[in-house]
Amino acid sequence: MSTELIIATVLGGLTIGSALMVVLSHHPVRSVLYLIVTFFLITANYVLMNAQFIAIVNIIVYAGAIMVLFLFVLMLLNLSKEDEPRSSLFMKVAAALAGGVLFLVLFAALKDAAIFAPQLATPHDESMGLVKNLGHLLFTKYVLPFEISSILFIAAMVGAVLLAKRDKQIIE
Amino acid sequence: MVLATIFESGVGIKFYMLLATALFVIGAFGVIYRKNAIILLMCIELMLNAANLLLVAFSTYFGKADGQLFVFFIMVVAAAEATVGLSILVLVFRNARSVDIRLFNKLKD
Repeated sequence: MSTELIIATVLGGLTIGSALMVVLSHHPVRSVLYLIVTFFLITANYVLMNAQFIAIVNIIVYAGAIMVLFLFVLMLLNLSKEDEPRSSLFMKVAAALAGGVLFLVLFAALKDAAIFAPQLATPHDESMGLVKNLGHLLFTKYVLPFEISSILFIAAMVGAVLLAKRDKQIIE
Repeated sequence: MVLATIFESGVGIKFYMLLATALFVIGAFGVIYRKNAIILLMCIELMLNAANLLLVAFSTYFGKADGQLFVFFIMVVAAAEATVGLSILVLVFRNARSVDIRLFNKLKD
């Protein structure tokens, strides 16, 4: 077994373990903290796959912005362990069955998938995942989706502000 | 010789397909298993991340940067979704003092 294989296997196992803990831990704050761990482990996977820019953006956007938002809302709502809504035993068994069957079907379908080895004209370019290459592509080929995503952000921001305002303030 | 990518060192693309499938299934399992609406949103983030992982894996495997840009766009959508979803949750909590996802059953009646 090569070193890379060992590193990838350990990282993958840790990722799956912490993802499971997100779902299974009872306290919501603990779930959020496990989700942050999961995002950092996924970032390590990105670094392993030579996607440096995506790795950094993953830390900044997910572990930085989105998780802070989640933690902030959790603290704001101030939920205790007694407030935690519980699902019935039937629902839990059904969830485990549905998840297991979904995994089985997807895994069985993907196990025998014929994936052609890439026909590369040049050897792997190590600078592919760096900001220079991605930025060039983003502002030439994908400039329209980029602009549309800015509109999406404005819509999300306005929507969030409008929703979070109290009704009285909207009427005035 | 320095290996350019991890895929030239014995780690197959199938490994990452398995990992992404497992992460996606854990997210889907969590959506059914938990009743706390905040954790449901977190499970959706987990599923989006599984898709991201697979996109990056194939992008590196085929040596094309387009996949990594799509990951970037997915992150944009995920951020917008989390913002709006959480503000809806705060609104629901203000009215019902609970984050139980079964409160949304009222929309049916």
